[in-house]
Amino acid sequence: MAVKTVIEAIREGMDEEMARDPSVFLIGEDVGNRGGVFLATDGLYKKYGELRVIDSPLAESCIVGVAIGAAVNGMRPIAEIQFADFIAPAMNQIIEEAAKFSYRTAGDFNLPMVIRAPWGGGVHGALYHSQSIEATFAHIPGLKVVAPGTPADAKGLLKAAIRDPDPVLYLEHKRTYRLVKGEVPSGDHVVPIGKADVKREGTDLSLIAYGLMLTYCLEVAEKLAGDGISAEVLDLRTIKPIDREAIIATARKTGKVLVVHEDTPFAGIAAEVMAIIMENAFDALDAPVMRVTGPDVPAMPFNHILEEAFMPNPEKILLKARELAAV
Amino acid sequence: MATSVKMPQLGESITEGTIAKWLKKPGDQVKKYEGLVEIITDKVNAEVPAPLTGVLKEIKVQEGATVTVGTEIAVIEESVTATASAQKSQPPPPADLVAVPSPVSEEGQGGAETRTRLSPAVRALIEEHRISDAELSRIEGSGIGGRISKKDVEAYVAKRTQPAAANGERQQAATAPATAPAQTPGTTVPLSPMRRAIAANMLKSKQTIPHAWTVAEVDMTNVVRFRQKVKESFKQREGIDLTFVPIIVKAVVEGLKAVPVLNASWTDQGVLLHKDINVGVAVSVDDGLIVPVIHQADRMSIAGLAKVVDDLAKRARAGKLGIPDVQGGTFTVNNPGTFGTILSYSIIAPPQAGILAMDAIVKRPVVVDGDAIAIRSMMNLCLSFDHRVLDGVSAARFLQGVRRWLEGFSEQIPLY
Repeated sequence: MAVKTVIEAIREGMDEEMARDPSVFLIGEDVGNRGGVFLATDGLYKKYGELRVIDSPLAESCIVGVAIGAAVNGMRPIAEIQFADFIAPAMNQIIEEAAKFSYRTAGDFNLPMVIRAPWGGGVHGALYHSQSIEATFAHIPGLKVVAPGTPADAKGLLKAAIRDPDPVLYLEHKRTYRLVKGEVPSGDHVVPIGKADVKREGTDLSLIAYGLMLTYCLEVAEKLAGDGISAEVLDLRTIKPIDREAIIATARKTGKVLVVHEDTPFAGIAAEVMAIIMENAFDALDAPVMRVTGPDVPAMPFNHILEEAFMPNPEKILLKARELAAV
Repeated sequence: MATSVKMPQLGESITEGTIAKWLKKPGDQVKKYEGLVEIITDKVNAEVPAPLTGVLKEIKVQEGATVTVGTEIAVIEESVTATASAQKSQPPPPADLVAVPSPVSEEGQGGAETRTRLSPAVRALIEEHRISDAELSRIEGSGIGGRISKKDVEAYVAKRTQPAAANGERQQAATAPATAPAQTPGTTVPLSPMRRAIAANMLKSKQTIPHAWTVAEVDMTNVVRFRQKVKESFKQREGIDLTFVPIIVKAVVEGLKAVPVLNASWTDQGVLLHKDINVGVAVSVDDGLIVPVIHQADRMSIAGLAKVVDDLAKRARAGKLGIPDVQGGTFTVNNPGTFGTILSYSIIAPPQAGILAMDAIVKRPVVVDGDAIAIRSMMNLCLSFDHRVLDGVSAARFLQGVRRWLEGFSEQIPLY
């Protein structure tokens, strides 16, 4: 095992899959010669050539549309949306075509494709480079949505997404790219889609998170331990299909749950997690389920103080967790 | 200020208790709710917590002695510092209230509203461990506004179920030099609290309840075959044996549903028909017999009953039953058949109206439909009932109901 950053793990995951399977190819803005704006595809153009690492026009509907066409013809495309915020022009392709293709053809065709999208804030990206899009797409039946938070999961889930027979929206949190480092198992490391992971065992309360918030929650759990509060941290990893069993299990174990995400709260992933708990573990609850999320405002502002006010951070999570522990 | 600690009433029909062991010596500092003394009653053993913080000034009743409920057993001198700090938060409760804690006394001190708000998890634990209101009021809530949290209840249960080990010797020591000089050569076996309780109960029953007795013969072949067929898989799945007891209890529940007057108690005001069907199951233990109760047996499946019976029997033999486990029975099932008996005349446990004995299941030639002779597994069900409460017709109807249910047993009857 070697310690890697999230971006290295993603690059390595794509490299290994392209070497393993000639039907895997990349398409996106600046993914070729420039190696992507975050250098996620750095070196792949040189290694695999212009037929397998394709620079697209600045047209997201084209990127996804080409990927759909290739996938239905037996290829395994990885379509990169440069920033998740730019995915809106491709909405029609994703929702009306990709998500429904298998259903519409009674399973005769399926689309083994991945849409990679760097998401999330806290990087001074302002309105159009900070958004969280998971709730919007998780609402669409027919799509799988994953949001890893560690290098090992980033690599393992990317491989699983590429090999999956259905369209997978692969969300990579920008702030974790070089911030989060961790050991990545050597060899062909695949993490199954749909399985959450207990990143830290605890007995007094559960923190449920994904993406960057996982790192924050692990930090908070460490601080809580200093207060004598034993916090369990459940990393959802896959947002859809969500791991109901793992959510119910941790709720039943601790009886107190705090769900954390930076996306806005209304009809968000936390709301769904809370509904699952209320429907399945009400009798085991020792306190109302709580959440920490971004505020219900149109966008993350550029002003750094306001950006900080928008983003959930370890201090905000810790405050809420202490409140939950004290109930 | 000196406060007296009194012998608490550990259970509804308990009138006296024996001091098993003092956990503190005179002069020791004691903290409120800290274990003060272990007490043996004829039903269970319990650790009694200190009602307030202070210094144990005097022990009034020595280990081994038995005194009636309400007798002063110790005096605690409230320490000055303890008083000061206690007064800051809330006034110390009056001594006569803490000696026998009750929900009423707690409410009197305020905070009742937050205390009675129980989370689903806490409610589930209360149900599971059969914690009474009186016990609940003794649990100190660590949550906001004194809310009792899941952890508080778990900590309480862990403390409550400390095994009553080595009580055998203490019980003997407690009651050894009693009465009864031996008139013929022999030795006098000292009476354990349990022996005394059994004696008192049986005497009271026979003196006050006009017992009537009736027997039904039941063809258990279907049940025996069914059990034979599923017992391996049941054991594998559940980790416990599927005995005949839960099946009989299920049949009894069905019988009692059909004849509610047998699930009743005689009172001078009238026959009290019980809402719940709580079936006591007699368990023999080292020095006697104890009857833990399956509460609300009418709401359980056969598998559920099997689990509860297994748990109660195990805890009975380990001396780990709590007071709620032995209270509230409305009918009793006795299983002398395991020792080979074929006709048993059981004594009713007051204030119940009936007790059913399962006798041995034996293979016998029986005349079946079409005047053929077949070998069938037969069992006698012997019912003792309170003739004040019901008459022979109702008793026979009950037995008929139980018999029909058992004889009609098929694989269609769900285990779960």
